[in-house]
Amino acid sequence: MSNWLEVAKLDDIPRLGSRVVRTDTMEIAVFRAADDSVFALKNVCPHKKGPLSEGIVAGHTVTCPLHNWKINLEDGCAQGPDEGCTHAFETKVDGDIVYLKG
Amino acid sequence: MKERLVLIGNGMAGVRTLEELLKLTPEKYDITVFGEEPYGNYNRIMLSPVLASEKTIDEIMLNDDQWYADNNVTLHKGRKVTGIDRVRKVVRADDGTEAAYDRLIIATGSTPFILPVPGADKEGVIGFRDIHDVDLMLEASKKYKKAVVIGGGLLGLEAANGLMKQGMDVTVVHLLGHLMERQLDVTAAKMLQQSLQDKGMKFLMDHATEEVLGDDHVTGLKFSDGTEIAADLLVMAVGIKPNIELAQNAGLHCERGIVVNDTMQTFDPGIYSVGECVQHRGVCYGLVAPLFEQAKVAANHLAEFGIARYEGSVTSTMLKVTGIDLFSAGDFLGDDDTEEMVFQDVASGVYKKIVLRDNRIAGCVMYGDTIDGTWYFQMLKDGTDVSDFRNTILFGQAHLGDAGHGDDTRVAAMPDDAEICGCNGVCKGDIVNAISEKKLFTLDDVKAHTKAASSCGSCTGLVEALLAHTLGGDYSEAPSKKPLCSCTDYSHDDIIGAIRNQELKSMQAVRDFLEWKTPDGCASCRPALNYYLLANWPEEYQDDLQSRFINERAHGNIQKDGTYSVVPRMFGGLCTPSDLRAIADVCEKYSVPEMKVTGGQRIDLFGVKKEDLPGMWKDLTDAGFVSGHAYGKAMRTVKTCAGKTWCRFGTQNSTGLGVKLEELTWGSWMPHKFKLAVSGCPRNCAEATIKDFGVVCVDSGYELHVGGNGGIKVRVTDFLCKVDTEEEVLEYCGAFIQKYREEAHYLERTAPWVERVGLACVKQAILEDEAQRKALYERFLLSQKFAQIDPWKQRAEGAESCEFNPIRISA
Ligand code: SRM
Ligand SMILES: Cc1cc2nc3c(=O)[nH]c(=O)nc-3n(C[C@H](O)[C@H](O)[C@H](O)COP(=O)(O)OP(=O)(O)OC[C@H]3O[C@@H](n4cnc5c(N)ncnc54)[C@H](O)[C@@H]3O)c2cc1C
Ligand code: SF4
Ligand code: FES
Repeated sequence: MSNWLEVAKLDDIPRLGSRVVRTDTMEIAVFRAADDSVFALKNVCPHKKGPLSEGIVAGHTVTCPLHNWKINLEDGCAQGPDEGCTHAFETKVDGDIVYLKG
Repeated sequence: MKERLVLIGNGMAGVRTLEELLKLTPEKYDITVFGEEPYGNYNRIMLSPVLASEKTIDEIMLNDDQWYADNNVTLHKGRKVTGIDRVRKVVRADDGTEAAYDRLIIATGSTPFILPVPGADKEGVIGFRDIHDVDLMLEASKKYKKAVVIGGGLLGLEAANGLMKQGMDVTVVHLLGHLMERQLDVTAAKMLQQSLQDKGMKFLMDHATEEVLGDDHVTGLKFSDGTEIAADLLVMAVGIKPNIELAQNAGLHCERGIVVNDTMQTFDPGIYSVGECVQHRGVCYGLVAPLFEQAKVAANHLAEFGIARYEGSVTSTMLKVTGIDLFSAGDFLGDDDTEEMVFQDVASGVYKKIVLRDNRIAGCVMYGDTIDGTWYFQMLKDGTDVSDFRNTILFGQAHLGDAGHGDDTRVAAMPDDAEICGCNGVCKGDIVNAISEKKLFTLDDVKAHTKAASSCGSCTGLVEALLAHTLGGDYSEAPSKKPLCSCTDYSHDDIIGAIRNQELKSMQAVRDFLEWKTPDGCASCRPALNYYLLANWPEEYQDDLQSRFINERAHGNIQKDGTYSVVPRMFGGLCTPSDLRAIADVCEKYSVPEMKVTGGQRIDLFGVKKEDLPGMWKDLTDAGFVSGHAYGKAMRTVKTCAGKTWCRFGTQNSTGLGVKLEELTWGSWMPHKFKLAVSGCPRNCAEATIKDFGVVCVDSGYELHVGGNGGIKVRVTDFLCKVDTEEEVLEYCGAFIQKYREEAHYLERTAPWVERVGLACVKQAILEDEAQRKALYERFLLSQKFAQIDPWKQRAEGAESCEFNPIRISA
């Protein structure tokens, strides 16, 4: 993946929620914040691999459903004091289409 | 133009009011402050440690000049206000400065009471109130040797201790036979006096001062019995008097203090008053805790939020003399209607007394071991019924099991590798290191950095004890009124009250009205608000799925590998061959890796992939099942036993009644999970007496039990009452549930809720007041109309499909 890939319509992703995008090799969680900005993270929590797509989104963070680590949507990194990052993908919204960069 | 707010008195209560106000509405007012003292605002309480050379003036400043500048507050330091013109709405200071106001706060505090004896105006006679007094005392201690302090109360003893630390020879003169008579009983007072004497303090008890001796400067004191004592410095600490002169001259109604109502307004509604100068419901306070509560209320009104009321405070006292542990609160003397529980160990210098009225703590005094003081005080304020643990209460909370406050020495003695938090595997050493290396001061800090106490919370007491032990005096307990989360300063009760009274019907409305600090809340407050709104406005509120924890959003229990478990409801635990066959078919069709009979009398299907859920639910729904809500803060199960139909001891149809109860209550959302059980006789095979609502059938009817809990901390139910018919069981059950749903805090199970509010309060609503019971039951039935819609069926029919379907792309 090296170019922009169309993944969904903005309205397919619930506000303050997420969708799982499944590729041949992995799962990516695509989030939509209250301000309609869109973020994409590898769907694996840096703690014990919890599915971040299932967490509660607030501001630009998601709280992992398994043990409540708070992950920053912008860079995929756990908020202090926890440590660890998951991969963050670049996103863009053009009109009502959401794109991901591999 | 902005409204103008003027504050007279740059002290602790006044400036706290401004701080609270600026938090609520930073822009509303142009603020001007007059302060007679030539400083910013400082922590007056800490003057005692300053006098004892344990702290410096710099360390006790609360708001320096920069703070006033940063917040656009005009500060006139060193200027005393001499008049208020209420007609022109202008205040005037001694140097002629004037300031006009739209609203005014008077927070002039109090002044030391000086005994009206001849010679009291001599040089070297001072009170103990401000930095100036401390400076005078420090200076005097360099020149003179002999100090006398009149007054054996809190302030007097702290002054005496400080002067002693400065090398002076100090005698405390007290009118009565025992010290601190307003806070201590005779036993504790004698122990205190003994420890202070051991430190070198001298006492003249039962001595009434008649005259201050000397020419210009004080040289001694003469007492009513004719005896005398020499003194070069005389500190009067016999009490304080509210500083009301200014208010009185302005024609405001004053008695002992400036009289205010529950919203801290004086008789002129444009003029507020807070602090020691105030008299509220007949009481003048002399400690900061109540003044800070007053400040909050005044700020709330000045910001025009209009929801807060000050209803008076219960206060507690500690003495700030290093090495002396003393705690006192409430009615520690008792009367004919109270009982006393006393523990005294002269050898180790420990004394504890608890005064009980109707099994509730009315007051307590502790000396030597005060670790449980805050716990007793909390129960005193909450009116907790202590009958269940009164025989161990004197041994403290640690004695009640792990959930309590461990005591200091206990944690001190633990090895570094002792596990403190079993949930997160955190040892003592980890916590102590984090506290000292990362400079942590609060329980929340420790939770965030180490995860200790962040899960089930049963080690909270131990962590607090470690904090206290590691930080020493710098650690202060969390405030008694805890905010819901860091997005707000308001407590659960404030929020529930606002939702109901202000008719707030959306999460945004709540956040706007209560001025949330974050735009869309956090993972703690969103689920709580969602529940409160749902419980209060069942007809109108639209459930917000994005504010629900994943289990409730996906209607299954998330497992460690990201799969889900599925538990179909089996009403009362009953099932038929075709039910079991349908479940078996579903398991084969979806290759369910494991099945298990649960502790809740139904069958759990583990390891289901999220995208298979709707399909599986369709098959289960077609076979007549509904969701078991095994994943929700909701009604879970109704356990039943065999009962009269089969069992040789059964007295009633416990299975049938269990089914009826489950039909009544399934689908209802709760503050926490809620479990029921019905046993057919007192042998109690369905374990009804550790359920949130349990029924034990007897020959003559049905015994109802409430507030039980298995789980982390087992609690046996309280007996509520006995009823005659199944219809009554249903009505009482619905009413109890509804009261719990309306009043408990989110994530508070019935057991801690009943303990917090007291069984009497539940009985009052459900037993004594028939109309209220019926009304509660009606509200429950109404809310069930909207709740008993099977979420599985809806989703099997396509609702929320995007929750369950991943987007597939090839890349
Ligand atoms: C499936 C079951 C165990 C079993 O196989 O028997 C179970 C499984 C879980 N229990 Fe339980 N509990 C189960 C009966 C019980 C019982 C027994 C009972 O209800 O009679 C208790 C003690 C009684 C009680 O609640 O008072 C019980 C006390 C707990 C507690 C402690 C509650 C407490 O107030 O202290 C928790 C933790 C919590 O809720 O915070 C818990 C939490 C859990 C969770 C939901 C843990 C979680 O948050 O993920 C488990 C889900 C496992 C999963 O992955 O699906 N489970 N759990 C039982 C489901 C019953 C059902 O049919 O719905
Ligand atoms: C030594 C000491 C130890 C204490 N220890 C404790 C303790 O351990 N725990 C506890 O809870 N409480 C303690 N207190 C009590 C606590 O400090 C007071 O309850 C609190 O400071 C009262 O706040 P306030 O704002 O009402 O008054 P103050 O803090 O006294 O503020 C009033 C201010 O108004 C100014 N002022 C008065 N009249 C005018 C005027 N006309 N114009 C302009 N300015 C004016 C005064 O100069 C003063 O600065 C202690 C007090 C002292 C003195
Ligand atoms: S409680 Fe005892 S008597 Fe009653 S049904 Fe169960 S076993 Fe039978
Ligand atoms: S796996 Fe995400 S917090 Fe543990």
